[in-house]
Amino acid sequence: MAEEAKQIENEEAEEKKIENLVQFLSFTLGDEEYGVDILSVQEIRSWEPVSRIPNVPDYEKGVVNLRGAIVPIIDLRERFGLGHLEYSPLTVVVVLQMQTKEGQARVMGVVVDSVSDVIDVDKKTIQDAPNFGTKVSTEFINGLASVNDRMVMILDVEKLLKLDDLGDEDES
Amino acid sequence: MSIDMEQFHQVFFEESFEGLDIMETGLLNLDMGDVDEEDINTIFRAAHSIKGGSGTFGFTSVSDFTHVMETLLDEMRDGRRQVTQVAIDVLLGSVDCLKEMLTAIQDGEDVDTARVSEYQKALEVELNGSSSEPQVTEEIVKESPVEVISEQGWQIAFSPHSHLLKTGNDPVRMFRELSSLGNLKTTVDLQGVPDFYELDPEECHLSWKLELVGNIQEQEIDDIFDWVEDDCDLSIQTISDQSIEAPVVSQPQIEAVELPSQAESEKENTIAISTKPKAKKKAKESTKPAAKTSSSIRVDTGKIDTLINMVGELVITQSMLSLVGENFELNKLDQLTNGLSQLERHTRELQESVMNIRMLPINFVFSRFPRLVHDLSTKLDKKIELVLIGENTEVDKTVVELLSDPLVHLVRNSLDHGIEMPADRVAIGKPETGTITLEAYHRGGNIVIEVRDDGKGLNKEVLKAKAIEKGLIEEDAVLTDKQIFELIFMAGFSTAEKLTDVSGRGVGMDVVRRNIQSLGGNIEISSELGKGSTIAIHLPLTLAILDGQSIAVGGERFIIPLGAILESVNVTEEMINRVAGKGETFRLRDEYLPIVRMHEIFDIKTEATKLTEGLVVVVDGQGMRCGLFIDDLLGQQQVVIKSLEANYRKIEGVSGATILGDGSVALILDIPGLVRLSNQ
Amino acid sequence: MATILAVDDSASMRQMVSFTLKGAGYTVVEAVDGVDALNKAKTQKFDCVVTDVNMPNKDGITLIKDLRALPDFKFIPMLMLTTESGMDKKQAGKAAGATGWIVKPFNPDQLLKTIKKVLG
Repeated sequence: MAEEAKQIENEEAEEKKIENLVQFLSFTLGDEEYGVDILSVQEIRSWEPVSRIPNVPDYEKGVVNLRGAIVPIIDLRERFGLGHLEYSPLTVVVVLQMQTKEGQARVMGVVVDSVSDVIDVDKKTIQDAPNFGTKVSTEFINGLASVNDRMVMILDVEKLLKLDDLGDEDES
Repeated sequence: MSIDMEQFHQVFFEESFEGLDIMETGLLNLDMGDVDEEDINTIFRAAHSIKGGSGTFGFTSVSDFTHVMETLLDEMRDGRRQVTQVAIDVLLGSVDCLKEMLTAIQDGEDVDTARVSEYQKALEVELNGSSSEPQVTEEIVKESPVEVISEQGWQIAFSPHSHLLKTGNDPVRMFRELSSLGNLKTTVDLQGVPDFYELDPEECHLSWKLELVGNIQEQEIDDIFDWVEDDCDLSIQTISDQSIEAPVVSQPQIEAVELPSQAESEKENTIAISTKPKAKKKAKESTKPAAKTSSSIRVDTGKIDTLINMVGELVITQSMLSLVGENFELNKLDQLTNGLSQLERHTRELQESVMNIRMLPINFVFSRFPRLVHDLSTKLDKKIELVLIGENTEVDKTVVELLSDPLVHLVRNSLDHGIEMPADRVAIGKPETGTITLEAYHRGGNIVIEVRDDGKGLNKEVLKAKAIEKGLIEEDAVLTDKQIFELIFMAGFSTAEKLTDVSGRGVGMDVVRRNIQSLGGNIEISSELGKGSTIAIHLPLTLAILDGQSIAVGGERFIIPLGAILESVNVTEEMINRVAGKGETFRLRDEYLPIVRMHEIFDIKTEATKLTEGLVVVVDGQGMRCGLFIDDLLGQQQVVIKSLEANYRKIEGVSGATILGDGSVALILDIPGLVRLSNQ
Repeated sequence: MATILAVDDSASMRQMVSFTLKGAGYTVVEAVDGVDALNKAKTQKFDCVVTDVNMPNKDGITLIKDLRALPDFKFIPMLMLTTESGMDKKQAGKAAGATGWIVKPFNPDQLLKTIKKVLG
């Protein structure tokens, strides 16, 4: 009886752990490692030429045809002010999606240096993003997770996908 | 058996709204002097259907309300009641009220009972001359029928008329029902049966004496004979104490027990059944979800048949092609090219038919105007005839939906500011009744909608003075007629001497123009003082497909809407005129047009930077003409318009994007936007 | 099981009648007005007809009259769906050969009960 109870306890603990586990797709930009919620990743593609959009910031590279939808491609390196890296067929585009408040899916591709891993992170271990010395504005960072002694910055996909505001900023 | 009635609600709402439209149109078209019976019948039928449906689906407030309308219409239909303007206005108001009620119910909101009872009173006043409530008394009578119960039972004499069978009624069926109420004993009377040779097998010659024993209400028996009351001689009497003994005793005990028990169980059933809907109705009223209906479209079955045919053709072509491809040899090349061109044709046709599904007759917008004009002209004491032309012209559903508000604004303007008061019209020798014409027609790839009136027209001097006063133009500005008329589209310009609640609420013609422009169209005005004005709206037939011209600038490709292109010109040096600080222009015949250099405003690297090295495309964007300097024209093609904003955002100078044959994305240029951009 | 011809110009009522009867195992053929119904009656036999009264293109009463003139429809039950205010229609309907009526508003159970009654 006691053993059984113990086992149940263990299972419950295990379950709790799983409940708190969140999966992130991690990728690198220069020396830094970032993560996005795996649920917001629609697919990973290699870089292909885009159709340029006039009079927008440089980091908005243009649009591509993604199975009939017009999808913008954003260079995250440039977005975060980390400089430009020449694109090669090995350059990776992570296609992110989220639901808007109106219930429509919004899709965007972000150019990253390379995709590294899918990481499991216990929600509880995610720390708030301090205002540390990174060049990236903490605006897009939801928190920090440490995985195997590596520091991963968790990105706020929702904010990342909000290009309208950025556009307004540029106009002003 | 329980059936979820809610599944029929959507259809009920749809057809009720359609019915209300029919009623409204019908009422507006009623000619007071010479009422066509069929016209009233149509209106009556619509009201009748709504009443029947709403009763069945449990919307009692609606059915009660419609009942009064129906009664009024019924009397008009029978000629018992004169059709008066007052009555029509009351009925029109009731149509509005019903619309509100149904909308509220559909959205799961509360019905504005105060408003409903206000209209219901108005209807009753019209019906009875006062707002007495005859319906209530009627219902009281109905709810308390005189209950006659005989504990012993009933004696029934039933002699069907000879034609009874030809009404589909069957005495056996009635006896079966009677026996479910109690213990039934039948005695047949063969006296009426004629000689065999005279016997008509289709007629009924028998009559019966029936004894029904049990504790039974007379009403229950009446109900069974209800349908045949006029097709038989019938007498129903209680069994007297003396006569009862015989049947009861003569009946075997077993049967006497069996039949009543069956009756009892059946009665339980009926009770269970009749209470069910009540409970259900309550639940529905309280927990109705506020579900907004999804956007749907009614499609003519003919269009669907065409589609199916197209797909059939496509399948044939496809199988033909795969046959060719199976063992392809070079000598089959002809077949292959044939097949491919067939495929192209079918695909194009299929695309056209699919687009056609979204097309609705413009009447969906026009149909609201008779009512609007009727109401407004009454309000303004003006006499106005509305003429609708080309109501069946088809246009994309989205266009139809978005066109409504601008058109309402224009028609209101015509009514309020255009058409003169009847006396004024007579004084200047015009017919007392003014005319407003709404006309729709196709021209090229566009639909044109004109709003014409024969009113006082626009006074150029007044317009100009006003614009100067408002600081919209310089005092010494020299303007063409067209430019003067264009003034009314400027923000902050209103010609109304005073604001009325009909038009001129601050939402001006500038908003109308912006709305039309946002649909990819433009709006033109022409007017003659004293004779009237015409406002023409040009809109693309569909917002989903565009005839485009692809152009090249540097290494990039763009699409210009074909309709915006007037011509393309190879510019020579002597045509060019550079004005310091004001940019470049070039002379096209007698006109100087500004030049918009695409590679500059879109910041594209290109070899062709000298005007003589490329091509100038003369484009028209909402009356603003300019020359677009590009590298080269490529091909013309129909493109499917895709939104940039769905995943991205609005880009100045670009109206959307499309996917080219090679899968790459090309931007569609927004000409007015480009002109604005180049002016910055 | 019996085949029933359901005639009503109102789509919601037609659907309701048809759905109810189909649910009880009857075969139902729908018609949108009197003309449609008469055309269908000429190509197929029915065991019962349920028709609305107020319809464009031939009303229910004329329909019943026309149907009774067809050999296959001489004795079959034909019911009209009528509103209470349309009680005067009952007389006209009877004269045209209607078997009986179902008074609107009715619920599916009432409809089924009546149909069962006439079809046995």
